[in-house]
Amino acid sequence: MIMDAIIGSVVTVVFFLVFVAIIWWVYHKENRHKHEEAANLPFQEEDDGIDHRRP
Amino acid sequence: MEATYNYKVVRQFAIMTVVWGIVGMLVGVLIAAQLIWPDITLQLPWLSYGRLRPLHTNAVIFAFGGCGLFATSLYIVQRTCQARLLSDGLAAFIFWGWQLVILSAAVSFIFGVTTGKEYAELEWPIDLLITVIWVSYAVLFFGTIMKRKTQHIYVANWFFGAYILTIAVLHLVNSAELPWILGGSTSLVGMFKSYPVYAGVQDAMVQWWYGHNAVGFFLTTAFLGMMYYFVPKQAGRPIFSYRLSVVHFWALNFIYMWAGPHHLLNTALPDWAQSLGMVFSLMLIAPSWGGMMNGIMTLSGAWHKLRTDPILKFLITSLSFYGMSTFEGPMMSVKTVNALSHYTEWNIAHVHSGSLGWVAMITIGSLYYLIPRLFGREEMYSTRLINVHFWWSTIGVVLYIAAMWVAGVAQGLMWRATNADGTLTYSFAQSVNAMYPFYTIRLVGGTMFFLGMLIMAFNVWKTIAAGKAVNDAAIPQAVHA
Repeated sequence: MIMDAIIGSVVTVVFFLVFVAIIWWVYHKENRHKHEEAANLPFQEEDDGIDHRRP
Repeated sequence: MEATYNYKVVRQFAIMTVVWGIVGMLVGVLIAAQLIWPDITLQLPWLSYGRLRPLHTNAVIFAFGGCGLFATSLYIVQRTCQARLLSDGLAAFIFWGWQLVILSAAVSFIFGVTTGKEYAELEWPIDLLITVIWVSYAVLFFGTIMKRKTQHIYVANWFFGAYILTIAVLHLVNSAELPWILGGSTSLVGMFKSYPVYAGVQDAMVQWWYGHNAVGFFLTTAFLGMMYYFVPKQAGRPIFSYRLSVVHFWALNFIYMWAGPHHLLNTALPDWAQSLGMVFSLMLIAPSWGGMMNGIMTLSGAWHKLRTDPILKFLITSLSFYGMSTFEGPMMSVKTVNALSHYTEWNIAHVHSGSLGWVAMITIGSLYYLIPRLFGREEMYSTRLINVHFWWSTIGVVLYIAAMWVAGVAQGLMWRATNADGTLTYSFAQSVNAMYPFYTIRLVGGTMFFLGMLIMAFNVWKTIAAGKAVNDAAIPQAVHA
């Protein structure tokens, strides 16, 4: 039981730190460009999915 | 072949979304009517409330919602990865397999075959079939991501990925059951009967860990994947904040998993587990509202589009309902509020503000975007009819949930009212009697939403009739990082 509680607490803290690290990574200045590029992924295809060659 | 997208499976699932939406909602209308006129189905056992109710919930969630998710996820993963699906054969297997699951589910419910676990009522043979199909889906989806030509994996795919992975885990754990046939049953009913491997409060906790995460990952995360693609596309501008979408994704994943105990407040579940569920449910407001704002603010600077574009109206209104129900949910998970709301019609109001307002409306909006593109048309047959559909469904949902809110609070208050000597003020039958006007308004609202689906079916039919199935949508050859 004690072991369970310790493992549970450690996992909770580790997950929290991972989450903080994710936020840090996301908002880090150097990654800004990467995210802007990703945001434009749906717009890389000019025809917007509609095939204009069709009659 | 490799230079084109697989539109066939997307098309099949998109059409079946409309078909199953109509079927599932029709059953919903029927059981709403049964609550007012109990003998409307002539006391036929196959059409009794207890059998039709799981048919309704499973049809709208897994047939309507499921087909919508297969259609959109398989479309989005191809277009944002700029790659054809990993395998056409696997795609076809998933489509036909899923239709088989839906049909066998419908038949088994009508004949009263059920595990009795909410949203997991299907018996073990169908559970096994679902497992095979779901693993195939995972292989197809992640396999397509692996052969992508783009560098990044677009955020919508992350949401779909989390959904696929989590549903697999939920299904396997909650459906762990022992078929009675192993115990020597030789009867026809016994062949399909099974019992869960869990017992007592553990069984309840596993069930609602499953139940709430089915809401969290099937009805939320997956439809957010839809949102992160179709809202930007229809608005013609990238998502308001891509960075917020990444935080939204991880926050939801870290928190959602632990909110299940709020379905078991004031029960035999240990008190600490109840409090844990309540606290995690309250925390969920933050990522939910962050995601909602992210979607709505995508229109920032282009609000005028909302006036003229009924597809955007569907998408943005769905986000408003998402915001409303993700505020309401945490409130209902507060123990004292739950003491009033639980087991009442308030739950039904909450569920339908989420399922009709959020899930159905984002699906409908996405389909109106998708269907012309799958059939080589510039737009749907009639934009006016989309607008009519939008207003019918919006008014329908509002009538539905307002009626059920009032009904639920009235019910909760009547049940807890006591006289000075401690006896109950109202009998249960009196509280049922008080429900009639609200049940009637609910039936009107639900019928309106259903009629909207018929308008959609007509519009889709005319669009398809005027178009031609697209099978040569080319994958762009020039790859930009």
